[in-house]
Amino acid sequence: MSAIWIAVLGASLTAFLNKYIGHSVPEKWLNRPVFVRINALVPIVLLSALVGVQTFTDKKEIVIDQRAAGVFVALVALKFKAPFPLVVISAAITSAAVYNWF
Amino acid sequence: MSVNPKKNQVDRTAFSVAFTVGLYGAAFGAAGVTAGFSILQTCLLSILLFSGASQFAVVGIMGAGGAAISAIATATLLGFRNTLYGLQMAPILKVKGFKRVLAAQITIDESTAVATLQDNDEDRKRGFYLTGIGVYVFWNLFTFLGALGASAIGDPSVWGLDAAVPAAFLGLIWPRLKNKIQFLVSGVAIAWALLLTPVTPAGIPIITTVVLAIIFGAKK
Repeated sequence: MSAIWIAVLGASLTAFLNKYIGHSVPEKWLNRPVFVRINALVPIVLLSALVGVQTFTDKKEIVIDQRAAGVFVALVALKFKAPFPLVVISAAITSAAVYNWF
Repeated sequence: MSVNPKKNQVDRTAFSVAFTVGLYGAAFGAAGVTAGFSILQTCLLSILLFSGASQFAVVGIMGAGGAAISAIATATLLGFRNTLYGLQMAPILKVKGFKRVLAAQITIDESTAVATLQDNDEDRKRGFYLTGIGVYVFWNLFTFLGALGASAIGDPSVWGLDAAVPAAFLGLIWPRLKNKIQFLVSGVAIAWALLLTPVTPAGIPIITTVVLAIIFGAKK
């Protein structure tokens, strides 16, 4: 089985366990304040790291290319409270423009 | 059946949330194919995993050459908030057996959010199921269309897909950044990941940022 298949099936299994356990354990086990605070930060750090890696790296190198321009435009769009599809499309158009014309 | 304006309102909220969120599925479908997943593998993530941020993480990490274990670990940590949503929803839904399996599968950000907006348990239940099932249907439909579209395109850079993926992540983080600490943590996480990229295997720079969440979250 390829690594991608393992990732697809493995992550699907743990995702379901996450959801199902929530429905099945007593509430007091998991709602301690420190736990809730850490958990609120977990998506922020993981997703931020992914943005950094996907925008500024190529294999193991740090690079600044058309993607940085696209993500910058997305950031501006979010600042102006643009809806999600517009954020993604504006990033794609910017990046494609830089890639194709420069 | 009598006309109940409250019920209509719950239905409308559920539908508009489901449709809008479902559209993001196209971005995911394109991201999956761009990362080297087949259309089937991409669609299976939406069918089985069904949690946006975790799905993007799996394709992002595998696409960057990471190991399956770091993709699974990162997706699991991202999906832990669904456990907390399950805790909130269980006393309201009160379901057992196969119904609990179904309720668990649609326990995500959106279904829980729409449920918590309601002011009585009947509407909470209705909001939860309609939003959860609605997002499931649209998310999977648009994942397929996005994957199909992206596979028809050759080089993802020509169409800007290489920037669309991190932009989609940014769109997922943005609503969570509500104060200075959270912005700071986000910035530190980006710096951490970039510093580790040249010196560690792919995937490690991402999963290890959990340490930052623990450090910043542990203090009051």
